[in-house]
Amino acid sequence: MNSVSTLVLRRGRFSARLERRTLWFFVAMIVVIAGLTLLGLCYGAAWASPARVFAALTGSGGGPGVVIREWRLPRVLAGLVFGAALGLAGAIFQNITRNPLGSPDVIGLDAGAYTGALFAITVLSGTSTQLTVGSVLGGVLTAAIVYALSLGGGLSGLRLIVIGIAINAMLTALNSWIVLRAELEIAIAAVGWNAGSLNGVGWDDVAIPFGVLAVLFAVLFTRAPALHQAALGGALAVTTGVRWDRLRLVLVLLGVGCTATVTAVAGPIAFIALAAPQIGRRLARTPGISLLPAALTGAVLLTSADLAAQMLLAPEALPVGVVSTVIGGGYLIWLLTKEVRRT
Amino acid sequence: MSARLTARDLTLRYGDRVVSTRLTLDVPDRAFTAVVGPNACGKSTLLRAFVRLLRPAEGEVLLDGKDVGSFPGKGLARELGFLPQDPVAPEDARVRQLIARGRFPHQSLFASWSEEDERAVIEAMTAAGVAGLADRPVQELSGGQRQRVWVALVLAQKTPYLLLDEPTSFLDIAHQYQLLGLLARLRDEGRTVIAVLHDINQACRYADHLVALRDGRIVAEGAPADIVDAELIKEVFDLPSVVVPDPVTGTPMVVPSC
Repeated sequence: MNSVSTLVLRRGRFSARLERRTLWFFVAMIVVIAGLTLLGLCYGAAWASPARVFAALTGSGGGPGVVIREWRLPRVLAGLVFGAALGLAGAIFQNITRNPLGSPDVIGLDAGAYTGALFAITVLSGTSTQLTVGSVLGGVLTAAIVYALSLGGGLSGLRLIVIGIAINAMLTALNSWIVLRAELEIAIAAVGWNAGSLNGVGWDDVAIPFGVLAVLFAVLFTRAPALHQAALGGALAVTTGVRWDRLRLVLVLLGVGCTATVTAVAGPIAFIALAAPQIGRRLARTPGISLLPAALTGAVLLTSADLAAQMLLAPEALPVGVVSTVIGGGYLIWLLTKEVRRT
Repeated sequence: MSARLTARDLTLRYGDRVVSTRLTLDVPDRAFTAVVGPNACGKSTLLRAFVRLLRPAEGEVLLDGKDVGSFPGKGLARELGFLPQDPVAPEDARVRQLIARGRFPHQSLFASWSEEDERAVIEAMTAAGVAGLADRPVQELSGGQRQRVWVALVLAQKTPYLLLDEPTSFLDIAHQYQLLGLLARLRDEGRTVIAVLHDINQACRYADHLVALRDGRIVAEGAPADIVDAELIKEVFDLPSVVVPDPVTGTPMVVPSC
């Protein structure tokens, strides 16, 4: 049992077990994240040396220090935290639907959150509070509709996905209609935001979302063992002690919360939620989709996509959503061909 | 005969389809109970009601006089272990990782791999004869090996009750008898076994208590030697037969005469 590939930790009443492969994955991801963070802080209109970055972070230095602390740091952190949130949301929904296609961006939650935000921009005055509340409500409402419509068929994963894809198409059409009907300046703002972007994100934009996500992450952490146990499938999960009906509802709310919070600040960033859990699972080689690998992979994916978005057409900054769509689109094609080959 | 686990006036329904009405059953403690009957007679449904996978439309399932619906999730999972008909392994799971999941009801957020967990998994793997497969991916196993891995998962749960829904269905004949022998041994060690079995002769050979179901009602129950005759087989399965003593064990053996 205590084979060389497993690591067991026990102290007092605490005990845990970790596969060595998974541990190495965590170490590697943390190194990559540290590297990306440093690169993100160095890179900008003017390159700052790592020494300059450390000086800025420890509080000394004037002009360039302010740029690093007030502009680059919140953006890099937003990439990491939002990427983790999207990865977690994807892991939640892929676990619930038991299908690699069951991710929030595919089943319409991003589109729904965007509808809510569009409503806040066009009908209300579009303050950041209204944007946040609007997109969270839009996401929750969309989830409720998809959930309710898929209840009839015994809640099989595939049914939920097909309904979600249909809802996604309808909401996307609705969103275009709202934008077409809106006044020009509002429409331009709405469309720019639709691509999903971290351009110009500052501390004021991320303070509240970081707080919300911290709470969601903490609740999710306490549910993680039950979520992983649920990968055994309905019957065995229940008879080994998972209250699946209750857990599923909590998980849906957490997943929608993560997606909508990110969408409220950065717009719908496509494909991170779809790709991160699957890539993380393959790299960490965990049985079923685990939360931590999905979060770490999501953080790395979004941060590197955002860096690429800044560098590709520099000094012009692309929206990160464009890059993540390219990465995710390639991944989706690979996933689909693999699934087709299997059947 | 004492019975901690009982069903009282159980009416079970899937939507509008009534599977059984007012069914009452005492499951004898520390005995091997086999549930037999034709396809779609409500055998699996009855088992699902016992482990709370199906909420009864009427009546209740009681453990120690308490409705199983009122137990906390992990609390009931430490009493009743269940093996469904076609469980699915998570992708890329290795045998020991899968069996370890049977320990879930004994674990908590910060105590997720105690020495007791480890002991239980090793014991379960040895009992089910899969210790040699520990590091193999579940997907690569044969149907028979995989079924024994699932049995090991439920054994690792260390429950006084084992409920199994057609546990022998993917096994060749040798492995079928090996598994039934294992269940009988567990019964001898003090566990209560309830299994849905397709083969009436296997049921007669291994069960202490036989429950014959048809159309969701109990046609007969009792020791196989006391209840199994040609008349019962006709009534339950619509099959003309001759019942003779099993040449090896002396238990009733059904030989179709059509």
